[in-house]
Amino acid sequence: MSAAAPLVFLPPQPAIEVSHLVKSYAGVMAVNDISFMVPRGEIIGFLGPNGAGKSTTMRILTGYLPATSGAVSICGYPVASDPDAVKRRIGYMPENNPLPDEMRVSEYLYFRGRLKEIPRGKLGARIDEVLELCDLKRVRHKIIGKLSKGFRQRVGIAEAVLAEPPVIIMDEPTIGLDPHQILIVRDLIASLRGRMTVLISSHILPEIEMTCDRVLIINQGRIVAQGTPADLRREVLGQSAYEIEAAGDLTSIPFLLGSIDPGLSLASESAPDEHGFRTIQLKTLSAEDSGEAILRTFLSEGLRVRSLTRAHPTLEDVFLAATRRSWDAVAEEPGRPPRP
Amino acid sequence: MKHFLTILSHEVRMLLVSPSTYIAAVAFLSLMGFVFMGILEDYSKMPQDTSPASVFFLYYWIPVIFMVPLLTMKCLAEERRLGTIETLLTTPVSTAEVVMGKYGAAYILYMVFWLSSAGFFYILKHFAGDAHLIDPGPILGGYLFIAVSGLFFVAIGVFASSLSRNQAVAGMICAVLLFGVILGVEYLARASWLDREALAPLKEAVNYARVFQHYEDFTRGIVDVRELLFYVSGTVLALIFSILSVEAKLLHS
Repeated sequence: MSAAAPLVFLPPQPAIEVSHLVKSYAGVMAVNDISFMVPRGEIIGFLGPNGAGKSTTMRILTGYLPATSGAVSICGYPVASDPDAVKRRIGYMPENNPLPDEMRVSEYLYFRGRLKEIPRGKLGARIDEVLELCDLKRVRHKIIGKLSKGFRQRVGIAEAVLAEPPVIIMDEPTIGLDPHQILIVRDLIASLRGRMTVLISSHILPEIEMTCDRVLIINQGRIVAQGTPADLRREVLGQSAYEIEAAGDLTSIPFLLGSIDPGLSLASESAPDEHGFRTIQLKTLSAEDSGEAILRTFLSEGLRVRSLTRAHPTLEDVFLAATRRSWDAVAEEPGRPPRP
Repeated sequence: MKHFLTILSHEVRMLLVSPSTYIAAVAFLSLMGFVFMGILEDYSKMPQDTSPASVFFLYYWIPVIFMVPLLTMKCLAEERRLGTIETLLTTPVSTAEVVMGKYGAAYILYMVFWLSSAGFFYILKHFAGDAHLIDPGPILGGYLFIAVSGLFFVAIGVFASSLSRNQAVAGMICAVLLFGVILGVEYLARASWLDREALAPLKEAVNYARVFQHYEDFTRGIVDVRELLFYVSGTVLALIFSILSVEAKLLHS
């Protein structure tokens, strides 16, 4: 008997693996030593201000642009040495979703399907499927140039998922859509969860927060934060805040706070309104919810409490904090000209 | 070259829905129609030495200079302007396949236009009833010349289109390059300052590249391998430069 290949159960290869990626254009560092990994089936959000290097990173992932240094592999295939294998495994929707204006939707999908090597026999059925998935059946015979932005965007998404690639990369898929269309696109992306690995970039933060399992924030070509939205809140903001509306003698409050939680401090206090209620903001470094303890302490002091809320920092706060932090780091670097 | 046919048929379709194709077709057929009519008038006045076909094909350079740019200016320039080159090159196709597909489509359309002018000769044969006006030799030679030289001219157009993302600029570059190749070389060949002894090798090279000379040989029935080689090597070179140009623009985009 011939020697059978040893049965080794390798851990599934990550869908996207990027290590020490650097890309410079004419001396400007667009991407500066980025490393990250995306396991299969995950939806990952790519956040960053304009010019942070998001699109450049995505273009390198698709094999469209060569990297200056570093290694990128998709499903275990290195992009630099095996671009064809990578291109067979990705669906890519570039920024601004360029589409040929003169073609009909179904013609375009047919052409793209042929380029992506879908067998002729299966292509018709597959086109019907993606048209159904993206709710494009009504416009299948329309000319792309005459479609509205929402439809065009969905044609781009339909094209990206057409060949059922294991990895889908979409650069700002929801830009310029109305809230209703954003909802449709979000559901569409969420429906790919588990089956395909999706990397999307966006400016719309609630969007990312709702769809993505993990978030990468990049600024100035570097990763400034990564993790689940909840992790990021803790890591970047490092604190939670409470807001209480209370009336009565508040002078003893600062002393009481220490007994609830040593990290708890009074952040601000407003002037009393006509009913004598003041809005007090408290900050703490601990992640635990100490709302109940705060409420009990206030009540036992004989204060009247009208409301207590725990402020939830949004991804927006995280984003702003993380990017600000990286600006500061950049500004402190010696020998670098100050930012204009 | 797995995707060559996919891209070719797509490009032929795109050319058939593009207005510039029809502008080129109408301009070509009306211009050549007038030329043909003028020739017939001359021939009806007095007998001539040469056959009408060889005179007809002598005007090939006028349609070439405006028709080739109209057919090719869009092919790569528009793709880059719209950004669809990005979606195209992120599928498993090579740059060579893309360039060859677009070149092939433009060449097919170019030949379809020229072959439609064969209708003129058919009409002449049908209505004149004068067999000696229709000499098959020069007609076949003329079309063969058009087919062979067209390879090179269309490749020049594709190359010009790869240089700019603006269609109009690409079209003008193409027209200027064609003008240089067809009329510039002819002008050099006739220039007296090239007759000096020291410039003899240059003179020889210029004579080798004279498109009008090639035309004459073809219509006389002389198909010289050196001339074929001139067009084929020019075509290959122009296409290689187009591929390199597309790839270089990606590297430096």
